[in-house]
Amino acid sequence: MIAPPLASVLETFGDAVRFIFQERESRAGTVNVGGLEEVGQLAANHFAVSFVAVVIAIAVSVPIGLWLGHLGRGELLAVGVANVGRAVPALAIIAFFVAFLGTGFTNVAAALTLLAIPPILTNTYVAMRQVDPELVDAARGQGFSEQQIVRRVELPLALPTIFGGIRISAVTVLATAIIAPLAGLDTLGTPIISFNVYGEEGQIGAAIVVAVLTLATDAGFAAVQRLVTPKGLKVADRGSGRSRSWPIPIRRVQTP
Amino acid sequence: MTLAPVIAQAGGFVRDRTGDTGCPGNNGICLGWIVDNLDRYRTPFFEHVFLTVVPVAIGFAIALSMGLLAHRKRWLITPLTGFTSALYTVPSISAFLLLLPVTGRGNDTAIVALTAYTLVIIFRNVITGLAGVPRDSVDAGRGMGLTSRQLLFRVELPLALPEILAGLRIAAATTVGLAAFAYLAGAGGLGRNIDQGIEFRGNVLAAGLLLTLLAVALDFLVLSFQRAVTPWRRATA
Repeated sequence: MIAPPLASVLETFGDAVRFIFQERESRAGTVNVGGLEEVGQLAANHFAVSFVAVVIAIAVSVPIGLWLGHLGRGELLAVGVANVGRAVPALAIIAFFVAFLGTGFTNVAAALTLLAIPPILTNTYVAMRQVDPELVDAARGQGFSEQQIVRRVELPLALPTIFGGIRISAVTVLATAIIAPLAGLDTLGTPIISFNVYGEEGQIGAAIVVAVLTLATDAGFAAVQRLVTPKGLKVADRGSGRSRSWPIPIRRVQTP
Repeated sequence: MTLAPVIAQAGGFVRDRTGDTGCPGNNGICLGWIVDNLDRYRTPFFEHVFLTVVPVAIGFAIALSMGLLAHRKRWLITPLTGFTSALYTVPSISAFLLLLPVTGRGNDTAIVALTAYTLVIIFRNVITGLAGVPRDSVDAGRGMGLTSRQLLFRVELPLALPEILAGLRIAAATTVGLAAFAYLAGAGGLGRNIDQGIEFRGNVLAAGLLLTLLAVALDFLVLSFQRAVTPWRRATA
């Protein structure tokens, strides 16, 4: 590969950034594309469909993960879902929805929900299983009901890892919403996929916006994750680094 | 608003079957069509294998070296984890396009980006694997007079191997999925097949199954390798 001169690379990125802020003629010259208004609208769509997908995925997988994790049953399901989720490519899931169920917001949201479920479900399950059984026994000995144990002992200790799962899902969903235009929903992926209209500036400009949006979301969730980590865990956790792996987080839960 | 060009892009493939009164014309699953048209998928499939195996191999070499380095110099773990995680967070499609001005359309761009994605997964597992080696084994090795190099190759790495290979498996499966987007960077692969006939059920099913099959096959391959090289685990497993 021969690297092009730095100046031309920088110029391309300059054009791409200009696309984000300034309207310009499309490649065919028939319509104007780009500019803050259009990019903002696309970003809003992108965010909306991703948000809906992640919220539904949380509503579905967290209760199941908490329940299975508390009972200590269904490991096969929790781990199996993660493995299947990894083996089936995101593009295939979106394509499957388009071909068999049609296009539109609802279908894209449903497909993205399917993608978002495995990390949240698996992390919730694993987080619950990692809670020290002695703590649960102690709570039970103090007369906590099963529901109280889940809510007051296991959930607070599991929360950081659960948010770790949500964080992975959010990032995956934002990244996959780029291909939503293939399913008839305009998102930030539209300039990327409709190269004929938006040209290279549009493609790269949209790629920059998605990257920034995703990194910001990731950083936001990282902050939330730190915020919900109980004090005791922070002490025990020092030195092992932040855990983001999936399916099995490397966090070892220890009691002081 | 801007949907027209997408459909136009898919047009070639869609038009292929509009004259058809048979199964593809009615948008069925068309197993017969799939069998007759397997040729359409052969080259993209092997391109996809290439786009998966090469980045995973390069990524494995880099991440393993990084892991071994960080194992010696522990303070490197945090910055290297942060760096590789940040790479992983940038959406793959964005990464492909951001690399375009530098590496141009084609396989180079896809391979660079896909390699970057494998790093965090493998690196983390190398670190976890090495950290999980029982203290006693290391002490015993040292007591027997092993140098630190011998200790690494004869005690630590073998015991960390299952964890390291688990990382390799995750990386391979993930890369199969991400390489499906490589067509947006001008590389080949099965992603292009899906894009060209995304509304045709037979096509989506064939390409989707091939992708899933590839992910499962690579997973199985690494798992078999792991079983073969860690015979001591078979007794307990």
